[in-house]
Order: sequence, then structure tokens, then C-alpha cells
Amino acid sequence: MKDFVIPWENGTGIQDDIDRGTPAKSGKPVTLTIDGMEITVPEGTSVMRAASDLGIQVPKLCATDSLEAFGSCRLCAVEIEGRRGTPASCTTPVHAGMKVHTQTDKLRRIRKGVMELYISDHPLDCLTCSANGDCELQDMAGAVGLRDVRYEAPKNAPLANHFEARNTSGEANPEWLPKDDSNPYFSYDPSKCIVCNRCVRACEEVQGTFALTIEGRGFDSRVAVGAENFLASDCVSCGACVQACPTATLQEKSVIEMGTPDRSVVTTCAYCGVGCSFKAEMQGDQLVRMVPYKHGKANRGHSCVKGRFAYGYATHKDRILSPMVRDSVDQPWREVSWGEALSFAAKKLVGLQEKYGQKSIGVITSSRCTNEETYLVQKLTRAVFGNNNTDTCARVCHSPTGYGLGQTFGTSAGTQDFDSVEHSDVVVVIGANPTDGHPVFASRLRKRLREGAKLIVVDPRRIDLLETPHLNESHHLPLKPGTNVAVVSALGHVIVTEGLYDQDFIAERCDVDAWEDYKAFISDERHSPEATEALTGVPAAKLREAARAYAQGGNGAIYYGLGVTEHSQGSTTVMAIANLAMMTGNIGRKGVGVNPLRGQNNVQGSCDMGSFPHELPGYRHVKLPEVRKIFADTWGVELDAEPGLRIPNMLDAAVDGTFKGLYCQGEDILQSDPDTKHVAAGLAAMECVIVHDLFLNETANYAHVFLPGSSFLEKEGTFTNAERRINRVRKVMAPKNGYEDWEVTQLLANAVLKETGGKPWSYAHPAEIMAEIAATTPSFAGVDYTVLEEKGSVQWPCNEEHPDGTPLMHVDGFVRGKGRFIVTEYIATDEKSGPRFPLLLTTGRILSQYNVGAQTRRTENSVWHDQDVLEIHPHDAENRGLRDGDWVRLASRSGETSLRVKITDRVSPGVVYTTFHHPDTQANVITTDYSDWATNCPEYKVTAVQVSPSNGPSEWQERYNAQAEQSRRIEAAE
Amino acid sequence: MTDAKMVLMANQIASFFATQPGGDQAAGVAAHLKDFWEPRMLNQLKTYLGQGGEGLHALVVEAGQTL
Repeated sequence: MKDFVIPWENGTGIQDDIDRGTPAKSGKPVTLTIDGMEITVPEGTSVMRAASDLGIQVPKLCATDSLEAFGSCRLCAVEIEGRRGTPASCTTPVHAGMKVHTQTDKLRRIRKGVMELYISDHPLDCLTCSANGDCELQDMAGAVGLRDVRYEAPKNAPLANHFEARNTSGEANPEWLPKDDSNPYFSYDPSKCIVCNRCVRACEEVQGTFALTIEGRGFDSRVAVGAENFLASDCVSCGACVQACPTATLQEKSVIEMGTPDRSVVTTCAYCGVGCSFKAEMQGDQLVRMVPYKHGKANRGHSCVKGRFAYGYATHKDRILSPMVRDSVDQPWREVSWGEALSFAAKKLVGLQEKYGQKSIGVITSSRCTNEETYLVQKLTRAVFGNNNTDTCARVCHSPTGYGLGQTFGTSAGTQDFDSVEHSDVVVVIGANPTDGHPVFASRLRKRLREGAKLIVVDPRRIDLLETPHLNESHHLPLKPGTNVAVVSALGHVIVTEGLYDQDFIAERCDVDAWEDYKAFISDERHSPEATEALTGVPAAKLREAARAYAQGGNGAIYYGLGVTEHSQGSTTVMAIANLAMMTGNIGRKGVGVNPLRGQNNVQGSCDMGSFPHELPGYRHVKLPEVRKIFADTWGVELDAEPGLRIPNMLDAAVDGTFKGLYCQGEDILQSDPDTKHVAAGLAAMECVIVHDLFLNETANYAHVFLPGSSFLEKEGTFTNAERRINRVRKVMAPKNGYEDWEVTQLLANAVLKETGGKPWSYAHPAEIMAEIAATTPSFAGVDYTVLEEKGSVQWPCNEEHPDGTPLMHVDGFVRGKGRFIVTEYIATDEKSGPRFPLLLTTGRILSQYNVGAQTRRTENSVWHDQDVLEIHPHDAENRGLRDGDWVRLASRSGETSLRVKITDRVSPGVVYTTFHHPDTQANVITTDYSDWATNCPEYKVTAVQVSPSNGPSEWQERYNAQAEQSRRIEAAE
Repeated sequence: MTDAKMVLMANQIASFFATQPGGDQAAGVAAHLKDFWEPRMLNQLKTYLGQGGEGLHALVVEAGQTL
């Protein structure tokens, strides 16, 4: 890859980006001399890296600092005084007192010889090559002073090579292989391959998929994918191989088409909660490619197919760039000016409040938008509408985390940074599918698993993590959907009754009375794995083994996802997980902890910013007068002291006729929320729905005002990832709709304030919004854009006490003081399978698509997943006479839909599984309105269903599609 | 929301607090309702309680006296 050596380039966020050849090491200092200059580096560092630290770039081809040294190209040979030969500097570790020479006549001759051999089997088409200017082979040829290639074909025979399709006589060259263009985002051109092995090692060491190998020996060595082509192989299109390739062999198609980029800006991915840092590489205001940023502290230079390649939605033709309005949803949309749209919306909102009361309207903030945007949206309802009717999509994903960890630890925050997993000995993954949902974290986890850490998976499905190559000890507890509390409590029972708990930690760090209550509760035989086996489906012996492995295996870390939270007992399971961590002392140091894997890029931030109806920014309840005073003083208005409506409550109130207006930013509740028919009824009952989005999403079918949004490439701001890391989002192009999203919210607020006579907002830049957040919210007190520019990112709390942020929580004590054990009785959900609906449906997502698919469906990612399918066990399929690929009718008490079936034993008998990425399927027609007892988080993960053969889409789907099409009409401009 | 849904949601909360040690389960239910239920939801519950509160968990009924 091209090195952008732009140290501290102002405003781009880029730090030193030089490839130092081999990874950084940590160890005691070692001093050596290279080319007469002294340098001190950590023990274990390679000579190559030490030289790089001195500013000496030893020529190299097979080495790159994301991969362990391999020592195959021999270009990096050096001479070391007192040693024979010319060792490879990449594989030679430093020693104290070592004297290294990187440039001698002997080395020059060797390097030239090596390069000459490489070039003898490489096409000399540099001027027209897609890597021209960004090719390490080209650079090295220059660096070693290669001026000619002496190898010639023998008389009467062509010179054997891999790059000519035909020899001079026109005969086909059997060594030549055509390009593989099967992957939509990159091409593989074997004729340019130098077999440096970097791609193969990247797939193994960085990604952990092992999709690539080198087949053949010597001259026949080839990079191979173990299938007909890249697309058909195990490749997950993470881009690590493309990143590692020093030539044009593996090249982004966007670079082939557009040429090399000329500038680069560091920003943050807008997909999942890992929050990877990327360099947006640009030509003018055109994005050429997204390259993972190696100094990004969440991703450490890695990426997945979504962040790396699936950005095409930002410029998709479906984007709506002009505001639109209509009086009723059966009318076509009418494009209007921003002024007209905002005035139309403001008059409607004010009118609704006059007619139906102050609490008749509200907002939904977006976990896809920035902290600053989210803060403004919740401020809009609290300070301008005068109520607390604000909620966010975290309601439907991690709200139980907020409640459960808040009750036990004192804060909803995940306890670790992602680096922590490098120190884990046992990793428990509950109700999460990291290889699909949080792929870059999964790669980091897989690396640790290959190093020997044990894996425990609690999930109804056999997730891909269990198929990790070179996995050591693993345990899969395939529970029946809905029995999380029983399983996690049974783990607690084994740990307590077998005496595996950490008495010292409990005595020192936890509320001992609560522990005694819990201990008595959990020791009861009814929580034993033997007693719960029939209920949970998890064999008792397996559960006991897993409990012992977690409690006795060293550093135990728990990672969990929506398979924990999206249940009627979601909050209880979160508390049960916290109990496990506390009883084993797995809190407050590296390698341990309780880590919610957040679904969307800014779920953490949207919660931090006061999106919930009962909490002001910083998780402080609206009932607290001292907290209200802080914001009342800042905003100059009195604040409502009573909690507002949560999303499901808003919809219920809308059906009841008391909730009439909604401003919905960056959310598609009609597709993403459960019980679609109920959501549709709620939206249809409102008199003013304002959708602020990139696209006419499904919710917009019921909207009266459409305010076009800006993509993450078009705005300034910050996202906060699952490890509480606040990362900058930087504008690399002007907003195609004319305004950044925070500006749109400000314009809407000011349009309403104009109607009501209030003082207008006047933020000029998101940095000013962050300054207000810091001034009002103690955990953000030390956060500002200058700090973020200097440090790259910080993890909150970041304040006077923690000026550099807080990678690990609860180190010396819990946020609430003493950790609190909470009794977690299993209470079965009311959603039960029975004769009419004998199977249990659980839902999830897939690597290539993201949530409702609004972004990824508008990219080439759909080649991997163009429709939702229903996974069903062979026994259940056979009972129903189903064959793989058949259309089936999927019905629950809420509704029915049709989709194609995939027969697999990844799901247990009695369980079916699907994704919810495609509006044609509308999996949420099936899900019910049952929800978590504490937070109303919907019970997506358990729905009793029946599956039967079908001929195609259901009548409902056809009706829905017709209505959606009708609703998306846009009146032709006059 | 329908009364049936409200009863279900309130009873879910009560079912959790009923399992908790100590003698203040109803206070726990009441505090939870006040912290998380919007006034119109609380009013619906109070009205329903006033009509007899059919189907409500005993702890919800007890908590209702302090709402």
C-alpha cells in the first residue's frame, strides 16, 4: 500500500503512516547501532523495524508491519558485524551492542540480483498498471537501482513466465492464468503476483479466515483460494489481502477504474459498534477507497467487507437530495425548498401541540448519527417541544444493558477496550455472532483463540466462531431460545456450589449482604444444570464443564449481544452475566470484563447523549432537580421532570390518539421494529411524521415531511463505539443534500422556535456542540475536538480525574461503590410454542448486510446475500416436506410472510432462524410486541411460528409492496 | 395501549420484584413504574386500578397505592 507520510497533517487526523516492516514489540530496551547511528528499541524488535525507527527504510517485499516476519524475499538482507552472511533484517531480532550495516556494495549486489529475478517474471507495463505510483515492487526496483534484466529466453524456446498469455509464436502460455474478477470490489490478477505470501498471511494472521493458500512448489507456486474463484471461496472480502499486496495483483476495482488517490483523511466507519478507523482516500471530493487506519485503536488496521468496501450507498441514485412534503400519505411527494419544508413541519408540530397538548409529539434519535446530532435531537424535544418524548433505536437493542449493568455495576458501559481480548484466557460469547455482526473484533478474538484461549459459546445456533481454524478448547451450549436466564444462572449455580468463586474479590469489592442473598438463591437445586436441562436443552455435563472453564481458566471475559437483550428477561440476563463476572473476580483488569457488543456505530453514543426518555445526557434521571438545573441553565428553559414515551409507548399512544407527531432521524422503525402491523398502525395514526434520512425508507411510506440527510462522509462529528471510544468523523466531501444533519436539526428547531417566539440556536460547528456536552456532562468533561485531534480518540470517562480517558472500568471499585449481586429468577416468556406455532423463530444478521439493509442493499454486498432466507433443521424440513430453496410461509400470531428456506443443522430441531435485512421479507411482520420487563426492549429473539410450503410471496407482502410503491411517488417538478 | 398489554407489562415488572429478597417488593415496583412509565401510562394504570384492576399482580395493586 502507498505510504502517506504526512505527520500530524492538520485536520486530516493522520499520524505517521510509514510501514515499518514488522509489528511493534514490547520488551526491555535494547540498544544497537545501525549505519553508525544508535537506537534503543524494545527487545524482540526486528532489525528492519529498528532501522525504520531511525528513518532508514531497508528494502523489502514480503515484509509489512501488519504481519509477522516471513523472511522469503531476501531483499532486506543486511550485514551485521561479527556475523557471517547477510541475514534478513525482518526475521533478525535486535541484540544489545549489535552493529548493523544496511547499505554495502555486497548488499547492493544481492538486492539487485534478487530484484532482477523478481522482475524477470513480472510484466513491465508499469505505465498502464493500476498500481502505478502505488507499487512496492516498482518502488523497490527503484530503491535497489535495477537498470536491466539479463535473463533471456533460450534459443528456440520461450522464457517460461507467468505474465504473458501467449508466447511470441502465439501459443497459449500454460503458466498464465486469467484475472479473477468474481469479487465485486477487488480483482486478483495472477500475472502480477510475486508470491510474497503477504495475502495468505494476512488472511491467516489478521483476518483469521484461512481462505488463501499457496499451492504448488517453486516456479509453480500460486496463490489459491480453494475454490473456483474468490467469490465462491471462503473469502469474506475483508480486504486484508488487498491491503497487504505490494503489487497490482490484489487491487481495489475502484482504483483500477479511477486511479490512485491524492489525499487521505482519517474518519470512522458508520457501520457496526466496533467503530473502525479508516483513511478515506480521495481524489478531490471523490472517494477512491476506504483503507483501514493502522493507528485506529479499535481496529488496529483491520476492516470488514462493509466498512472497507460497502460505501457506495453514499452516492447511490436512490438518495433523496431535496426536501419533500405532502399533506397526507396517499399523496405523492412534492419537492420544496428547505425553507418551505421546515416551515411546513414547524407549523404542523406547533399546531399539534396546541391541539393535543405538549406531550403529543416527540423524536427518535439515531444510533447511526453522530453524538453531536443525537444531542441536538434530544435537546429539540426537551428544550423546544418541552417534553421528554425522546427515544433511540438502542431501545430495541441494548436498553437492557443500560438497566442491567446500571443496577449491578453502576453504569451501563462496557468494561474493557478491544485490546483487552489479547489478555483473555477464556472468552464467553453469549447471544452474539461476532464474525458476522462485529467482524473486526471477531478477527482480534480469533487471533487470541489461535493462541490458545478457550471459547464458550451460549447460542441456539452453531455460530462461525466455533469453526475458527486452529481453535483450542471450545464449548457450545445450544440453548432453546428464551432460556438465557436459566442457563446463565445454572453457570452461576455450578460456580457457587462447587466453590469456584473468588471470595476475596467479593468481600473486598461487592455488597456482601446482596452476595449472601444471591448465594442462598443460586445454590438452590432448582438452578442446577441437571434441573434446568429439560427446559434449556443444554446437557448438564456440558454446562458444568463450561462453568468450570470460565471460573478456573484464568482471565475470563464475557462478550454478549442482542441474543441476550432482546428477550422478555433481557435485563435479567444482563444482571446474571454481571453476577458471573463479579463472583469470579473477572472485573477491573485487562483480559476480563463484561462487554456488550453494540449493534450500530453510535449506539453507545446515542445512549450517552440523553436519547432515552428518562435520562438526560450522562445517564442522569430527569426526576433529579440538580441535573435538570444544569440543562435548564444552559438551555434557558424549564425542563419536564417526568419520563417521556419510549418507542413502543409512542406507537401505542399514537394508536390511542394522544401522540400525533414524530421527528425520526436516521431510523427506519417500520422495518426494524417488531410487529410491523402495529408500527404501521401507529405511524398511520400520526398527523405529522418527519423522516430525516438518506433514502425514502419504509417509515417514510407514512411520512408527511422528508428532510434529506447527509452521509458520514459529508459531516463533522464524533461516534462512540462499544468500548466507549470517542472517535472523530471527518467531512471528506460537501453534503450532497446541502446540509450536515446537525444543521438540519438546528434548522428545524429554529423553524419551530420562530413559530413559538423562542431564541434560535446558533451552533456554527459540531465542536461547539461537543463543548456544550462537555460542560454539562461530567463523563465528557475532558472531551473536545483539540483533545481528539491530539490523542486520536479517547474513552469516556474523560475528565479531570481521567484526562487520557478510561480504557478499563471498575479498576479500583465499581462506579456504584460496591458491586451488587441481584437475584435472577428464570421466568418463562409468554411467547410459547404450541400446536399452532410449534417452532421458535430467532433472528440475527449476516456479515454482508447491515440491519435494515438501507445502506448495504445499495451496494454490491448483495451478491453475498440478496434475500433473507429461513434456516431450518433437516428434521423439521423433512416433517414439512421442504426442500432446500423452497418458498415457505412463515407465520406467527402477529402475521405471516414468505421467504425461501435453507436446510441446515446449524440450528437445532425446533428452532428456525432468519435475518431482517430485506423489506421484501419483512421478518418483523412475524415478531410480536412482547418485550423486556424493565425496558420494553422487544423480544425479537423468541417468536412461536409455523413453517409450511408456499408458492411465493404472501398476499400481505404483495399489498405492502404496492402500498410502498404508491407512497414513494414523487410529483414531477413544474 | 390496550389494557391487556398494560396489565402484561405491569405484571412482568411485578414478577421480577416478587423474586427479590427483602420486604420492599411493592416499593420496587412503584419506583420502577415512576422511573420508566410516562404519565399517561401511569394514569391508565391508575384508572384501571380504580376499576378493580382485574388481572393485575398483587404487587402492582400494592404499588398502585403509592403512585
